Amino acid sequence: MILRIEDLSVRLGGSHILQGVSFDVAATGVTALLGRNGVGKTTTLRAVLGEVPATGSVEYDGTPVLGRATHKLVRDGLAYVPEDRCVFAGLTVAENLRLAERVPDPDYDLVHELFPELKQRAAQRAGTLSGGQQQMVSIARVLLNPNRLLLVDEPTKGLAPAVVTNVAVVLERVAECVPVLLVEQNLAVVRRLATDAVVLEAGRTVWQGRAADLLGDAGATRSLLGVGSTAGRH
Amino acid sequence: MSTVVLLTLTGLGLAALYFLIASGLSLVFGLAGVLNFAHGLFLSIGAYVTWSVVGSWGLLPAILLGVAAAAATGALVELVLIRPLYTRHTEQVLVTVGLSLAGVALLQSVWGADARVFPRPAWASEVIGIAGAQVPADRFLLIGAAVVVLLGLLAFLRYTRYGLIIRAGVENRAMVSALGIDVRNAFTLVFAIGGALAGLAGILGGMYFSAISPGQGASLLIFAFIVVVIGGLGSVAGAAGAAVAVGLLQQFVNYYGTAGAGDVSVVVLLAAVLLLRPTGLAGKVATA
Repeated sequence: MILRIEDLSVRLGGSHILQGVSFDVAATGVTALLGRNGVGKTTTLRAVLGEVPATGSVEYDGTPVLGRATHKLVRDGLAYVPEDRCVFAGLTVAENLRLAERVPDPDYDLVHELFPELKQRAAQRAGTLSGGQQQMVSIARVLLNPNRLLLVDEPTKGLAPAVVTNVAVVLERVAECVPVLLVEQNLAVVRRLATDAVVLEAGRTVWQGRAADLLGDAGATRSLLGVGSTAGRH
Repeated sequence: MSTVVLLTLTGLGLAALYFLIASGLSLVFGLAGVLNFAHGLFLSIGAYVTWSVVGSWGLLPAILLGVAAAAATGALVELVLIRPLYTRHTEQVLVTVGLSLAGVALLQSVWGADARVFPRPAWASEVIGIAGAQVPADRFLLIGAAVVVLLGLLAFLRYTRYGLIIRAGVENRAMVSALGIDVRNAFTLVFAIGGALAGLAGILGGMYFSAISPGQGASLLIFAFIVVVIGGLGSVAGAAGAAVAVGLLQQFVNYYGTAGAGDVSVVVLLAAVLLLRPTGLAGKVATA
């Protein structure tokens, strides 16, 4: 296990958002964190990353990390691709990438191989990029550095179908080297990438197991995710 | 014509002072989200430390010491008083207001409540004839210093890694942390830079007004806050543009209108900008 979460609880603004989330993330492959809107998927990632106060236990590679500063966790290889990209709009593409460099020899070869467009748009302000191009910047920022686990939050949200496929291809390639905890609503992407799955409901873990078992069970998919098991099947 | 030239250069001199105070204030608020009412204290520290040693050290070393003392005060305030309160904004404002008041009392207890005559280079007391106007040379000193600071700050923001971190942090400091960067170091740095620039403003203000007093920082701070809001939080270039607008407006309205009308006109300008463009002239983007 690269990540073990036990009884994670988060209260924000008077709301009890996470009420005892527990699951493990395997040291290889993609673990999909699923559930309907508002069940606490993004909050779980932010709590692991130390962005919101939380109680319970989070072990990263065997070490308790709850309460550690975000920047220290990231320096330890826990990389984060946030929902809505969060690129720095006033900075150029090159500056967004330069800011993310954590090692003396950042892997620009990999970034430019996966996203050749970013090389051409290096001098363009990130705020003027399309949603898909901004997602490239957001993923490229973490790929510059060696990582031990990627937390990726809804990478295909709001993207055109062709771009969704490109993002999935990139994540598939990345997951060959680094385990990924993926929050994703697009079941076609989950079906393509995920080896394991965790389902949250009302701030609690209600299912964990093999992704294929969940997506192959029409009743479970409908009751847990609110969609038919064939959703996203091409 | 000569009156217009004199008013313009005097307004630009005043704008230079406002810019020196407002640029640091703007970066501090833009990056760290701190509304620092104690910023005027940094200004006074710079002025009084310079005044204290100028007789024995000479003017230039005294200025450098004054700027360094103000920068150190800024960094110390951030480390000791502000850092524990980054998630508690109300307490943060109370601390800076309290420090501002305590700072004035401290200055009075050390140097007295009376204004002190501030030294200036002999050439700054001369007047220079331009287009028929007799312009005091100290205006050019202020304008020159502000231009150098503006160019230096823009170069710092554009070409250094810390400048990059500050520009990014003004947009989204949580995301800067999520890239593995300890943004608190940048907070301390902008407080130190802001302190240094305020200290320099205090020294140049002493030369401009020919005197310093414990309350001078607080009175200049009001206009600096207006400049920050008009210019856009976190924008150095916006602060420069807003400072010029405020300084010129104040001078011209004070001269052609009634006494005090210049200050009122600045408040009207502030209200107009807030109504028409609430994010200020440059918005919340650290401009490089």
